[in-house]
Amino acid sequence: METVSEQIITRSEILPIRTQIDLVHVRQRVRTWLSEERFTLIDQTKIVTAASELARNALEHGGGGQMEMSLLAVGARKGIRLKFSDQGPGIADIAMALKDGYTTAGGMGLGLSGSKRLMSEFDIQSSPGAGTVVTVTRWK
Amino acid sequence: MERIPILRIGSLLLVTIQVDLYDDLALQLQDDLSTRIADLGATGVLIDISALEIVDSFIGRTLANIAAIARVLDAETVVVGMQPAVAITLVELGMSLPGIRTALNVDLGMEYLRQAATGGDGVGTDHYAE
Amino acid sequence: MIKLLKMMRDNQDRILTDWLDGLKASARRRDLIGDVEVKEHARKILTLISNPPPNTVLEDFSSEGWQTVRDQLMEISISRVAHGSSPSETAQFLLSLKPVMFQLIREQLTTAPDELFREIDVTNNFVDAMALHIAESYIQSRDKVIARQQEEMLELSTPVVMLWDGIVAIPVIGTLDSSRAQMVMESLLHAIVQTNSRFAIIDITGVPTVDTLVAQHLLKTITAARLMGAECILSGIRPQIAQTIVHLGITLSEVVTRSKLSDAFRLALERSGRTVVQKAGHAPVVAPVAGVS
Repeated sequence: METVSEQIITRSEILPIRTQIDLVHVRQRVRTWLSEERFTLIDQTKIVTAASELARNALEHGGGGQMEMSLLAVGARKGIRLKFSDQGPGIADIAMALKDGYTTAGGMGLGLSGSKRLMSEFDIQSSPGAGTVVTVTRWK
Repeated sequence: MERIPILRIGSLLLVTIQVDLYDDLALQLQDDLSTRIADLGATGVLIDISALEIVDSFIGRTLANIAAIARVLDAETVVVGMQPAVAITLVELGMSLPGIRTALNVDLGMEYLRQAATGGDGVGTDHYAE
Repeated sequence: MIKLLKMMRDNQDRILTDWLDGLKASARRRDLIGDVEVKEHARKILTLISNPPPNTVLEDFSSEGWQTVRDQLMEISISRVAHGSSPSETAQFLLSLKPVMFQLIREQLTTAPDELFREIDVTNNFVDAMALHIAESYIQSRDKVIARQQEEMLELSTPVVMLWDGIVAIPVIGTLDSSRAQMVMESLLHAIVQTNSRFAIIDITGVPTVDTLVAQHLLKTITAARLMGAECILSGIRPQIAQTIVHLGITLSEVVTRSKLSDAFRLALERSGRTVVQKAGHAPVVAPVAGVS
């Protein structure tokens, strides 16, 4: 009897998010991986855009952090996972932050909710004083 | 620091964005454009984004800012050449760039700006009258 | 204790012959897959089973050593799917190896009933494992074929036509589910870029029902086209659909709609600065075809 296939991480990389130039690097690096793994052009655009939004959030609202990028394989299915973490002030009301167009002093606006729509899976862990971790995954 | 070049064609200004726009570059562009529009008394600004493969909310806001600044200085703005994948992504992201005129390419964009300058009927895409 | 694998190696030709004879006798659809191909498949499998890497045992089919056998079974299943064989016929191909093996083992172990039973048990389980594996592989192969055919169908069913310079139309036929709606959007947007069309007509005469989801997809397409610099006109809205849309509370206030494709076309012509002119002296009758008496 075959067991349920588990998730395997086949590649992994960490990029710093400390300056605005890092945002450019994040976009370029994610794009490179996606093109190597042959994601469709439209999927590439969606994923890189989501990465750009979340990286910017980490920089502007989280005071900087990092992105961990991993390639996943479940059986024959491939996916990419991006994990953005910062040690910033954290989000008090996550539900509110996820509402479209929400603004706090320059706000995350569409970044969070938009990224959620662009990716297959979305998870956010955050609380005041404990920083924020946003993990998104897109399957091929 | 690098700057995005601004070309003049008659009373119109043409900007082609080909590189990944980072914050300082975007701010510099807004600055330069404001100055050039005012100096020239420009009637229109055409922003060519056909080379942009990624347009996120930051670039969206930048384009909106430029259009707003131009409007205050009495100039029309057209954004041309958005790639299909970018358009699809922006819609999914929830950005519809309201109030920003768009055209398929530079030719159509220029045509619109020229007509707009002389008060003619627009060729660019806008919201339909209710 | 006889070594099963050695026994197989020593009797490979006989096993192959008996196996093929058995297959021929029971085959109902021999036309589906040529005898030569069956023989080749059987021979390959037997060779691989008889000569596994060292330390490979028949008791554990899932071990690394049997990977070549598993790969070969996958290859055979792909061929069977392509030939139109059924899953059970494909599994039967392997199961018919059992009587051949049992006969051989019995001949070699007439005086050792316990060992006889053990060897038959091991062989039985191994052949069963192979049959199950080939059945699984068959299903995987078939799923892949179906997926590919679905993709091809999707592409075929969303053609974009150029009605005039700068005016394209996409007649949508059939139900609009998520993947089709995505395909419609991508086809249309690419056509707009390729043909430099400022106007795109989406005709939904052939769409039986429109619900909130379909309406959302259409709105997304229209918004994306607008961002690119093209105006969309939605046409072919049948009265029932119009009622459903209002009933569901879907707002199409930002969308230009026309009930007929021809009206949409006329609108696109007008908005692109053209007029259709009726010229005097046109012939009201159809000219006769030359050569018909």
